Amino acid sequence: MDDLLSEFLTETAENLDVIDAELVKFEQDPNDKAILDNIFRLVHTIKGTCGFLGLPRLETVAHHGETLLGKFRDGALTVTPAAVTLILESLDHIKSLLAHLESEGVEPEGSDDELIAKLDRAAAGELESGDAPAAVSVESATEDEAGEASETSSDNEDASDASGYNATEEELQAAFDAAPGPEEDTPAASAPAAAPEVKSEAKPASEPAAAQPPAPGKSDQPSLKNQSIRVNVDVLEDLMTMVSELVLTRNQLLQMVRNTDDSEFKGPLQRLSNVTAELQDAVMKTRMQPIGNAWQKLPRIIRDISQDVDKKIDLVMEGQDTELDRQVLELIKDPLTHMIRNSADHGLETTPERIAKGKPELGRITLRAFHEGGHIIIEIADDGAGLNTEKIKEKALSNGVVSPSEVATLTENQIHKFIFAPGFSTAAKVTNISGRGVGMDVVRTNIELIGGTIDLVSQENKGTTFTIKIPLTLAIVSALIVEANTDKFAIPQLAVIELVRTGTGSDYTIETINSTKVLRLRNRLLPLMDLNALLGSASERDLETGSHFVVVMEVGGQRFGLVVDNVYDTEEIVVKPVANVLRDIAMFSGNTILGDGSVIMIIDPNGIAKEISNREDEAQTEEISEKAARASQNKTAMLVFKAGSDEPKAAPLSLITRLEEIDVANIETSNGAQLVQYRGSLMTVVHADAYGSLKTEGRQPVLVFTDDQRSMGLAVDEIVDIVDEKLNVEHISDQPGVIGSAVVKGRATQVVDVAYFLTQAYPDWFDRAPCEEIKAGRKSILLVDDNAFFRNMLSPMLEIAGYEVTATSSADEALGLREHGHAFDLIVSDIEMPGMDGFTFAEKVREGDSNWAATPLLALSGLQTPEHMARSHEAGFTDYVAKNDRDRLIAMIGQALETSTQAA
Amino acid sequence: MTDQEDFLQTDMDEYVTLTIGGQLFGVPVTSVHDVFSPDAITGVPLSSPEIAGVLNLRGRIVTAIDARVKLGLSKRESNEHSMAVGIELDGEAYGVIIDSVGEVLRLGLDEYEPNPINLDERWQAISAGVYRLENELLVVLDVKKFLSFGNVKSAA
Repeated sequence: MDDLLSEFLTETAENLDVIDAELVKFEQDPNDKAILDNIFRLVHTIKGTCGFLGLPRLETVAHHGETLLGKFRDGALTVTPAAVTLILESLDHIKSLLAHLESEGVEPEGSDDELIAKLDRAAAGELESGDAPAAVSVESATEDEAGEASETSSDNEDASDASGYNATEEELQAAFDAAPGPEEDTPAASAPAAAPEVKSEAKPASEPAAAQPPAPGKSDQPSLKNQSIRVNVDVLEDLMTMVSELVLTRNQLLQMVRNTDDSEFKGPLQRLSNVTAELQDAVMKTRMQPIGNAWQKLPRIIRDISQDVDKKIDLVMEGQDTELDRQVLELIKDPLTHMIRNSADHGLETTPERIAKGKPELGRITLRAFHEGGHIIIEIADDGAGLNTEKIKEKALSNGVVSPSEVATLTENQIHKFIFAPGFSTAAKVTNISGRGVGMDVVRTNIELIGGTIDLVSQENKGTTFTIKIPLTLAIVSALIVEANTDKFAIPQLAVIELVRTGTGSDYTIETINSTKVLRLRNRLLPLMDLNALLGSASERDLETGSHFVVVMEVGGQRFGLVVDNVYDTEEIVVKPVANVLRDIAMFSGNTILGDGSVIMIIDPNGIAKEISNREDEAQTEEISEKAARASQNKTAMLVFKAGSDEPKAAPLSLITRLEEIDVANIETSNGAQLVQYRGSLMTVVHADAYGSLKTEGRQPVLVFTDDQRSMGLAVDEIVDIVDEKLNVEHISDQPGVIGSAVVKGRATQVVDVAYFLTQAYPDWFDRAPCEEIKAGRKSILLVDDNAFFRNMLSPMLEIAGYEVTATSSADEALGLREHGHAFDLIVSDIEMPGMDGFTFAEKVREGDSNWAATPLLALSGLQTPEHMARSHEAGFTDYVAKNDRDRLIAMIGQALETSTQAA
Repeated sequence: MTDQEDFLQTDMDEYVTLTIGGQLFGVPVTSVHDVFSPDAITGVPLSSPEIAGVLNLRGRIVTAIDARVKLGLSKRESNEHSMAVGIELDGEAYGVIIDSVGEVLRLGLDEYEPNPINLDERWQAISAGVYRLENELLVVLDVKKFLSFGNVKSAA
């Protein structure tokens, strides 16, 4: 018998039991709509399923029953006891058909015309009185039998001390006379539902109470129900816990005996060990189900989608037999279905599109499951269009998931992962298949909930592959045992990617950026956390010397390294929840007992990931106070690249909108300028070295600078790094395109004059406004800063933002402008300046007779202590902004100007 | 005071006596599940100071509470002898680390007195009264209050 049919039988049998109980209640209270609806739905389900399975007799009977029920439901007929009996009769009939179906695998021969005729007559409102007596007798039989059943059980209860179980067993025994052995287990499982006593215990009557009506052929149901039983998951859970304990105790015993050379325990212990292992397997097996169970509905879903959206889709499923924990299976069912829908709806192109691309007409979705080192890997791959990087990027920016400066530094794969961010659906339109707000973030959350991870790889026009990695079971996890602060801790292996040894005799060293530790790992910087420090050890360790272990972990797409003192082996552990008093500590997800009997805390990777982001905030505060101590040591994020020569060049990252790689083939030459189609318009590409030239083939790295309407691409040979360093431009250069040289990461680096290149590409970049009549509305800004670099950086930036900028290098110079009667809409001034500092300057500006007295005045500084802010307010500054916070500066300027216009 | 009256239900109560920092305490016999020598305690970083750590008591993970710290007494020297009583409360197992365990005493109500009003606040919070023994005083440890962390913290 195939799976579907047996599942149908089991389920229908249960449903019928429920209906029986409901019907009886319904007869007593014919006005209860809710009950009627329930019954109607159940009969309807039976009808539908029978139709699907090709069981015409059952379907017809259910159909006519449904018609009658429908009339009751709609109020077209009133419910009479005779009608109820008729319904009961047809249910019994259905049961007898089912019984035959179960034993023979086919519907019995014969005709149901008589019953159908009766149902039809009843539906037509002409229930013959002649039907009633027969019906009543059926009904009373029901009651009698039920009464007997409870009597039997209560008798038994009197006779034996044991309550509930025994009685129920007896009762079931009576009901299933002929039932075979396995049924011994049944009472435990179904007792609560079936026992009449339970009903009286104020349980809602929806319980299939007194559930065994005298169905014809009931006793000769060999009953599939009895070969598989439903056991509450809690019971299995308890079993599992106990077995886990047993395993641990056995391990302890084994360890003890191993230390003695000759022990009489050895033999028995070996047997105990084997039995325990088998028991563990068996218990695990009770929780295991083939993953194919979760996939059963998928072919149908795909078929429907392929018709809805006119795509030809081939669903390939591999590894259906891969077994995993029932609980895990339940939890991944919905995410999987969702992802398959996604692949079909968004992943694959429509047939015409595929033909146009020269791909095979038939789109393919491959679903694969397999075991890999204690985990189940599920892959969902489509050969569709791949993810649209640009669209995701835009969405991420508009959602504020990432800042523009960050996005430029991200790889394509990192950008793709944004689809797992909350509230992120790039589906332009909502189809009835997907895009209804149940996004990939829900999928990710569900998977992470069970300790799994999800990853994706997407290639344009090649397709997208999602990889889900989930633990085989939730009960036992594999963990890496590490040491920190002389204590041992367990880290769930799932979060661990690799182990790296740093320091002496290793290729890796830990480096420091302003007390933040990082590790250079395969050309990427890995943020490091010291487990000792995370766990509250006060002393700051010197990580740069000596040898350390770094556990590289990934949580929720965030990769980081955890510095530990020592790494031991991996061990299978049983996660136990921590005591209530310790539950507040986010760093631990549980604790466990190791093979040697000691208790060990289990590190929660999520807790650490959270801590990292917290520390980042803290670090910033620290940075600020440090800065207060060492005045004006501003750090600037710089993009380091190579162009023309080997000497590194740098440009402030805050000016760069994006980093792109452009296919050289797409670069065209027109009128002596190199142009490329970029986001629907033409972008001029200029090489960052006056004598350099673009690549002749392959992909050309380009730094993109954008203002509202235009983009300029600065072609470079190679993007080297992004550094965050104090920038000190030492040798001012007169070479065009170069501001000067500075030491970046210990190397002399040319700082590029971005403004120069902008005017190279568009001679009118900064002064095209006049011809657009914006000039009149353009606000003027006076920028006072002693640092040439900042002047050179901020001026173009403010220009781009639409202001007319006058830059001066000292407060004296600025005040000189005042003497000459210049007026500005706003003044931005640095605070730390040689000679007259910002505070004095502000006081001068605010002097009573000054014609600048009403001009909004913004302080620009690396110092951001409250005292400083207070002092700047006292001095007369309107507001205060951090020097390297470009977006905020622009926002504040806008705000200050608006306020002053309103005031005027 | 109603708490204390509830606490002392019968005329004669049995107490396990223990010493913490030289003071004699009594814990109702019914609430003590185990007496054991605490070793191999695993410290729990970031936890509150009175939590000595977690330990394995016959396959069960038990939270160890250092009674001295909890009562604001001097810290135990590492070589000093210690014992622990296993107490179960609301489904959680605790091991209260004390200096030593003495005999079990049957004490009558006529020897009982409520807490002296000048008793230290922290002690008031965990004491359910005092018995006048012949040679010394026995403080009745109110297990429930002793192990209710939120409350004691705010009281202390």
